[in-house]
Amino acid sequence: MKNEFIEHHLNMNRRKFLSRLSLGVGSLALGSLLVPDLFGKSSGEEAPFIPGMPHFAPKAKRVIYLFQNGAPSQLESFDYKPKLREMMGQELPASIRMGQRLTGMTSGQSSFPLVGSHFDFKQYGEARAWISDLFPHTAGIVDDICIVRSMFTEAINHDPALTFFQTGAQQGNRASFGSWMSYGLGSENKNLPAFCVLLSRGKGNGQGVYSKLWSNGFLDSIHQGVQFSSGESPVLYLNNPEGIDMANRRQMLDQLAALNDQSYKEFGDPEINTKIQQYEMAYRMQTAVPELTDLSRESDDIIKLYGPDCLVPGTFAANCLLSRKLSESGVRFIQLYHQGWDQHGNLPNEMAGQAKDVDRASAALITDLKQRGLLDETLVIWGGEFGRTNYCQGKMTADNYGRDHHPRCFSIWMAGGGVKPGIVYGETDEFGYNIVKDPVHVHDFHATILHLMGLDHEKLTFKHQGRRYRLTDVAGKVIPGLMA
Amino acid sequence: MFQRCVRLTICSLAFLSACNNGDAPGNQQEKLPEIVDYNFDIRPVLSDKCFACHGPDANKREAGLRLDIADSAYKALRETPGAHALVPGNPMASVLYQRISTTDSSMRMPPPSTNMALSNYEIKLIEKWIKQGAKYKPHWAFVAPVTPALPKVNKEKWARNEIDYFVLARMEEKGLEPNPAADHERLLKRLCLDLTGLPPSPERMDRFAKDTSDAGYERMVDELLADSAYGEKMAVHWMDVARYADSHGYQDDNYRTMWPWRDWVIHAFNENLSYKDFITWQLAGDMIPGATREQLLASGFNRNHKITEEGGVIDEEYRIEYVTDRTNTFGKSMLGITIECAHCHDHKYDPFSQKEYYELFAFFNNVKEVGLQSVVGGPETYAKTPYMEITKEDLKGVLSFINKQDTNRLIVSVMGEKDTTRKTYILGRGNYDNPTLEVQPETPHAVLPFDIKQYPANRLGLAGWLFDKRNPLTARVFVNQQWQEIFGRGIVKSTGDFGMQGDLPSNPQLLDWLAVDFMRHGWNIKRLMKQIVMTTTYRQSATISKEKLKADPENIYLSRGPRFRLTAEGVRDLVLKSSGLLVPEIGGPSVKPYQPKGLWEMATSGRGILATYRQDHGKSLYRRGLYTFIKRTVPPPSMMIFDASNRDQCEVKRASTNTPLQALIMLNDPTVLEASRVLASRLMQKDNNTTSNITKAFRLIVCRTPQKREVDLLQKYYDQQQQLYKQQPDNAVKLLKHGEYPMAEHLDNASWAAMMQVITTIYNMEETLSKT
Repeated sequence: MKNEFIEHHLNMNRRKFLSRLSLGVGSLALGSLLVPDLFGKSSGEEAPFIPGMPHFAPKAKRVIYLFQNGAPSQLESFDYKPKLREMMGQELPASIRMGQRLTGMTSGQSSFPLVGSHFDFKQYGEARAWISDLFPHTAGIVDDICIVRSMFTEAINHDPALTFFQTGAQQGNRASFGSWMSYGLGSENKNLPAFCVLLSRGKGNGQGVYSKLWSNGFLDSIHQGVQFSSGESPVLYLNNPEGIDMANRRQMLDQLAALNDQSYKEFGDPEINTKIQQYEMAYRMQTAVPELTDLSRESDDIIKLYGPDCLVPGTFAANCLLSRKLSESGVRFIQLYHQGWDQHGNLPNEMAGQAKDVDRASAALITDLKQRGLLDETLVIWGGEFGRTNYCQGKMTADNYGRDHHPRCFSIWMAGGGVKPGIVYGETDEFGYNIVKDPVHVHDFHATILHLMGLDHEKLTFKHQGRRYRLTDVAGKVIPGLMA
Repeated sequence: MFQRCVRLTICSLAFLSACNNGDAPGNQQEKLPEIVDYNFDIRPVLSDKCFACHGPDANKREAGLRLDIADSAYKALRETPGAHALVPGNPMASVLYQRISTTDSSMRMPPPSTNMALSNYEIKLIEKWIKQGAKYKPHWAFVAPVTPALPKVNKEKWARNEIDYFVLARMEEKGLEPNPAADHERLLKRLCLDLTGLPPSPERMDRFAKDTSDAGYERMVDELLADSAYGEKMAVHWMDVARYADSHGYQDDNYRTMWPWRDWVIHAFNENLSYKDFITWQLAGDMIPGATREQLLASGFNRNHKITEEGGVIDEEYRIEYVTDRTNTFGKSMLGITIECAHCHDHKYDPFSQKEYYELFAFFNNVKEVGLQSVVGGPETYAKTPYMEITKEDLKGVLSFINKQDTNRLIVSVMGEKDTTRKTYILGRGNYDNPTLEVQPETPHAVLPFDIKQYPANRLGLAGWLFDKRNPLTARVFVNQQWQEIFGRGIVKSTGDFGMQGDLPSNPQLLDWLAVDFMRHGWNIKRLMKQIVMTTTYRQSATISKEKLKADPENIYLSRGPRFRLTAEGVRDLVLKSSGLLVPEIGGPSVKPYQPKGLWEMATSGRGILATYRQDHGKSLYRRGLYTFIKRTVPPPSMMIFDASNRDQCEVKRASTNTPLQALIMLNDPTVLEASRVLASRLMQKDNNTTSNITKAFRLIVCRTPQKREVDLLQKYYDQQQQLYKQQPDNAVKLLKHGEYPMAEHLDNASWAAMMQVITTIYNMEETLSKT
């Protein structure tokens, strides 16, 4: 059965590929992009699965990951704990903390006073999900999303925790989530990379992001995330220099192709042909990308939906809108990072600002995808790298406090792409410190998303330096409760 | 061209379907070897498909069966008394054979759930091996190399030195004919790139063209080895190994001053320090009795790892990270073993236990350091304890090679031992907060036990052990790395893994000959480099016939010269050198050339002096690629896109990819545009003959005289561009503005812009960016 399935795909690809050969040089690049490693030279010493092909029928085709970098507090967003307000200022019971390690920032504190949310919560939707007043737009799409309150991780500092979320390991140098998708499924668009990265930052206390988070690691660098920027050039080095227009660029490329072709005739090295094709792909990107990143021609309804910020390049709102456009054009994995969520102090103030930056546009993205009929095949994820403590870091006053890092529980939400909509999954104790029901480890989260994409996380492997690597390392289980 | 592609396509598809049936590619029709060899035929299969559950990892071992050791594999099975996994000579009686060949999927090994199936070929191979006595041999890489006898070859005349004998023997075995010698222009380009990382100057090209005899070639080799650019070229690979960077890494990623250590590396290569001293000083320069300031500086090697400045981290967690990094770097780069796999559990494939990991770890665990010494701050945070201060006396004396350009205080992190011994424990699951059994410094037994009578149990002793004549790995691993740098592929392809899961050497006798010869001649690096480039093997042309492409696509058997893309540094150096922009200064603080705007600013925590990118000006814009500033979290994109290391961890091998982003850089990066503009103006100011200027530019950049049709094509392109820019004078002005280098005067803009376009085109040629 499995063989028939793969054979069917091979036939499909063979037909597709051969039928497009007549179109010219460009289509060759297309063939290899569809199934990127099919013609590549370094797809591992053997292929336990066939790159560019799902293991079973996928529910989601594309992912948009709205990463909230710095770790937003679950206690002011999606994990309602009235008990913390009741016990405001009282000591965190040792029976709850259970000797859990703390970061160096609060391990020296003589007391751990509990602190309740500064913001009120209300219930929304069929699931009667509790959402804080900071996220009114998210509350408006509650029936489309699945709130997971029982995420947990192993890392307690930003760098390792982010790296863990993005690559499945705390140390660097592994392939990132998006690179695995690109490797596993290839690209749907011949003019765009399969994995794109968009950055933005709020005014809250920020933590950096690192290019290793979208690194291809040991995979071919064709799977590297391509960072889009809000500057003059949406992709690095994309724009022709001043003084050269597209027609003139075309002329140079024609000369170049002629020169390189002579070289091929002399040396017979297939790399020379690949080079010619890569120049053609670069040329096509030069046209395709600016068209796509031009947000000025969006309708008023869309601008209204995402909010006026979406016309300001480099904002989270603009990136959300851009991610919808990229996704619609077939980009497999779009990774957003919004920085500024590290509220060790001044939490009520900073978090209000951060939420204002992201709430409307995040919800707009879901609504927009839905009205275009794309939500079913697009998986959207919203969340940070860990949670925050239920006790106060630093000085606590009536309306000001801070929270330290807390890996033991935190909340994220997911929507579309085969995720069960309108549910709340998992539960923490009344102190919001430990998980009491349905824990979801980072590896489980990865396994589940790969499953939704039609990939078996135990079969999506790459052999490097003698070991078969997986996004889920040696663990992870698919969580059926999250899937429709 | 298209027909070729179609054929390739169908082959690839057929190949994939073959894989899918569980048959190893290529092996399907291959005949079983006469004598089945454990190391070369059997162990790779067992290691890949069986050892994960029946191998060295005691915690994951199933049914008590261990197949990587003969005695365990022969003895009676624990779960089936009276039966044996292997009965030498009798496959049918061997349970191993029964289980891999059965059609009953509930009995079949490996279990279908593991997604690992043996191919029919592999099953037959194992059957034959059992028939022939199921003989085990120790892993080849853990047995010290001995000089092999020179093989008999048919074409003795072809061979210039011993290396050629070994290579030719392998070629003849495979029925391959060597390529003829490369033409002298391409050979010189290859040689100059390999030994100095720079293209040849026209003067060198002329000189070599006049005397391409063996003696002339040898003179050129000697001249290049004596060129100070040699040290810079050699340093690039070593900076990857050493994970050198100009920032501390982790989230704030602020500035550090390790560049004096990098200046030392260049100096050491140029001085031709023996590999033994080169490594000993880096591992334990601080511990050598009466250590010199130079030896102390060299020990900075082990402080190049990332160091956190994130307030609030758990100190011990990070200190352990640093020691782990050193241990892993040592294993990967100097021993070629993946010892890091034993960080959390016994190694799954190689005979390294978790205990042995921490025994090795113990050598690096006694440094006078903390996990978090300081958060982002001023110059006092640019090095961390232990560090050395570079004094005026140092600069006048033994450290005169440090290119210090100001009077500021200069500190460099180096190694230094605690006065007392810090205890080392096995860490459960590799977690810093889970110490279990205490261990003492020791080396992996399978490689070579540590002789406590001969060596002190510290880093200096470890260096001694590394260069012990009986150490089977040290020399092999280094010569293999250098072979890789020249031929694009190591004799052992998995440069960082000589273990059971690594690739087998494509020419084991050659590797051993090189290793033993290297040791016997005092670990002399320049001698090794010379020996390699003097061979007939190296001097072959790089053309690939269709037959050879089919028979040996990866050029494993070296029946043609190496041909591959330049490194990231090589691309930059070629552009700067050929245009005449290169500032050939050696060493000094790293520089910040042109880079797209906003990259650092988008990704920073906002703290520290690296929150914004302050581009340099003047001569700092034209330094060689190895001096480009590496900020770990945002490494320079023009380098990364050409597969440079991000210096996050030790790397011994770079990828070589071919992507559209590389095309965009070569077409649009101001570095290339500026080089084209400046070279165009320089040529035109000397000579107003377009054809001769095109020829000169071509020769400077591609390092050969162009063929007539190449000149014709470029001349036609020039004429057309000149017309265009005459009609679009504004565009000509705009085009000529790229880069900060001062504008030339008294040139016609349209002609200048046209020549600039011609030169950019030449820079973009595939041959330009290739070692041919």
